[in-house]
Amino acid sequence: MRFKSLCIAAAGAALLTTAATVPAPAEAQEQYIPLLVYKSGPYAPNGIPIAQGWEDYLTLINERDGGVGGVKLVWEECDTGYNNDRGVECYERLKRDTAAGIQPLSTGITYALIDRATQDKIPLFTSGYGRTSAAYGPVFPYVFSAPLTYWSGADVITQYIADQEGGSLEGKKIALVYHDSAYGKEPIATLERLAEEEGFELFLFPVAHPGLEQKATWLQIGRQIRPDWVAMWGWGVMNSTAVKEAAAVGYPMDRFIGIWWSGSEPDVIPAGADASGYKALSFHAPGEDYEVLQDVVEYVYGGDAEAAREAAWGQVLYNRGIFLMAMQVEAIRAAQAIHGEGETLTGEQIRDGWEALTLTEETLASLGMDGFTKPVAITCEDHEGGGQAFVQQWDGESWNIISDWYMPRRGPLKEAYKADALAYAAEKGITPRTCE
Amino acid sequence: MLYREAGQFKTSYAADQSLFPIAQDKWGVLLLLAFAAFAVPMLASEYMLNSILVPFLVFSLAAIGLNILTGYCGQLSLGTGGFMACGAFFAYKLTIAFPEIHIVAIFLLSGLGTAFVGILFGIPSLRIKGFYLAVATLAAQFFLVWMFNKFGWWTNYSPSGVISAPPREVIPGVVVTGTSGTPEAKYLFLLVFVALLALLAKNLVRSRIGRTWMAIRDMDIAAEIIGIRPMFAKLSAFAVSSFFIGISGALWAFCYTGSVEALAFEINRSFQVLFMIIIGGLGSILGSFLGAAFIVLLPLALSNGMLAVDPTISVALVAHIEFMIFGALIVFFLIVEPHGLARLWNLAKEKLRLWPFPY
Repeated sequence: MRFKSLCIAAAGAALLTTAATVPAPAEAQEQYIPLLVYKSGPYAPNGIPIAQGWEDYLTLINERDGGVGGVKLVWEECDTGYNNDRGVECYERLKRDTAAGIQPLSTGITYALIDRATQDKIPLFTSGYGRTSAAYGPVFPYVFSAPLTYWSGADVITQYIADQEGGSLEGKKIALVYHDSAYGKEPIATLERLAEEEGFELFLFPVAHPGLEQKATWLQIGRQIRPDWVAMWGWGVMNSTAVKEAAAVGYPMDRFIGIWWSGSEPDVIPAGADASGYKALSFHAPGEDYEVLQDVVEYVYGGDAEAAREAAWGQVLYNRGIFLMAMQVEAIRAAQAIHGEGETLTGEQIRDGWEALTLTEETLASLGMDGFTKPVAITCEDHEGGGQAFVQQWDGESWNIISDWYMPRRGPLKEAYKADALAYAAEKGITPRTCE
Repeated sequence: MLYREAGQFKTSYAADQSLFPIAQDKWGVLLLLAFAAFAVPMLASEYMLNSILVPFLVFSLAAIGLNILTGYCGQLSLGTGGFMACGAFFAYKLTIAFPEIHIVAIFLLSGLGTAFVGILFGIPSLRIKGFYLAVATLAAQFFLVWMFNKFGWWTNYSPSGVISAPPREVIPGVVVTGTSGTPEAKYLFLLVFVALLALLAKNLVRSRIGRTWMAIRDMDIAAEIIGIRPMFAKLSAFAVSSFFIGISGALWAFCYTGSVEALAFEINRSFQVLFMIIIGGLGSILGSFLGAAFIVLLPLALSNGMLAVDPTISVALVAHIEFMIFGALIVFFLIVEPHGLARLWNLAKEKLRLWPFPY
């Protein structure tokens, strides 16, 4: 018996020593893209379609165009489970000098990676999430948050509400239901500023991870405070729970607006018919009628649209995956234009591509994204790129665009980015670079 | 024969009471330390240092802290995450407010602050025991994390409630916090720091105060009758334990992740450390290290191992298989040896004393 347990201990020790095998380096004329995904854990239903969109777009570029400027794209995945510690571990496991950039797909992981990626000279692409003030390029040269940040999202939501209320928010009550983490807290400062400027009253309702317990929150919203509008910063299972609880207290769905991470199929389908009328922001169109999506069916799924649909093709988060990866591929293309076409570039060189990234209506059309999203132009100082957002609504069957594109009022926002970024720089002892 | 003790005579009390009475143990530990200090930084890759050894060392310290309280003094605690958060946020506030204080002093001060908080939350232990106390320390866990999350002052009003470690030097030119420090510098700093604190802990539990803790653990009423003051024993265990856990929390935020939100110290963190000492061995400093190794390294070894065997395997499948094997191994080890890995090591040593001629 005792010898047996010794053998077991020895086997355990042997297993431990097999840790940390390093994968083989990428070959020449291949551009390596590390992918941090989460296909396990409480947020997997949202993580899976995005990762699928990423991979399908990369496959499409390789199959249809033979890569970017002749350079094949290769990628490797690591499952973070939306867990910050594992995210850091995955980053360390996948990082290489030739990594074209990393999308952490989680605000918490982004915070943990900003300094590391800057140190390692790998661009960090946090589209519509992450640290908002990282959009200020002089302090955060390696972080890109195009096309919008949470603060501009909060601004768009108030603009939309003001339009619905006949132009003024004076005396209105707006509640914010948010995931009580770095992610959910991001918009608070902006909403507080807007509340002061526009004269509405703001109520804050934090919801603890993973967001299944919202009974008390919604009883207070539905029965006591009765706000005119509710905004939500939720993710994963928190969203569908919120929609169900809102319906249970009889809160009108068409006055309930989620941020772009709270407006996809997994959020509304579990809530069933109750979810009809629920609104959310987005910065790219839902649906299937775009050339790029048809190309995916043709080149990736061999024309089998049913197989594509099974892989979430055409769903909001899948489309987002396509959009996010398209931005990253275009940044590689822009970097090749600067540092040499058809060559494997380092993360540092691709960063220059990011700062030169300009997507006009024409380039978007040439990518098969006509009407899919709005132009973006990133500069050294502005890593947000001036994107726009619209409001979409769930009709019980699909998401539909119900508003015009809104341009966030970026004047005061940029001031706020700069102030927060400079405070960070002072804390860290960073000297902001000059943008000439 | 490896552990043959023939000829090892002790001729003084000091030799008899030394930390490692068997010569092989002493040389083994010294060799291990020398290997860890000189060979590992040269041999190990950046990934190995940054994502495996650094968290392993930080967690070892947390496990030592909890082991003092739970393993040596018998006070069940689920507040580890909260105390780690205390250490992290205290260290952040201190180093931002007083940038001129040396980083080691910052860590020790944040440990002392956490020790004070630990005493406060240890007061219920004077009246209640066992599972009831575990529930009382849960209050610490939830209250502390809530407090750091709720009040912007702790994060210098960062809009998202995240603190991020400023770069600090341990000796001029060698940055060990934040992300600008090299992995080797961080690893060596942690190695020295954790080894010294582990030595301190080892000596503490062998001293008079450690004996009072163990007396309280084994039978508190008997301990009281022979003259041990339960109040002092229990509160000192809470203080010392929180001191270690607080420092490990500060190291977690400063040397490992570099930036951290209060959510990183949720109840799961408490469970993680509790599992470490249960699997490693309650009431054993060595067990704290073994347990931390098991909990930190095994999941990574499993997922890396599976991907090394077959790189085309889906990462989702790997993640799920990892959970299953990891869970099964915990159950398996606890069935095979409920007293933890440290006990297995002791058994191995006893066998090796007689090997190859057992009687």
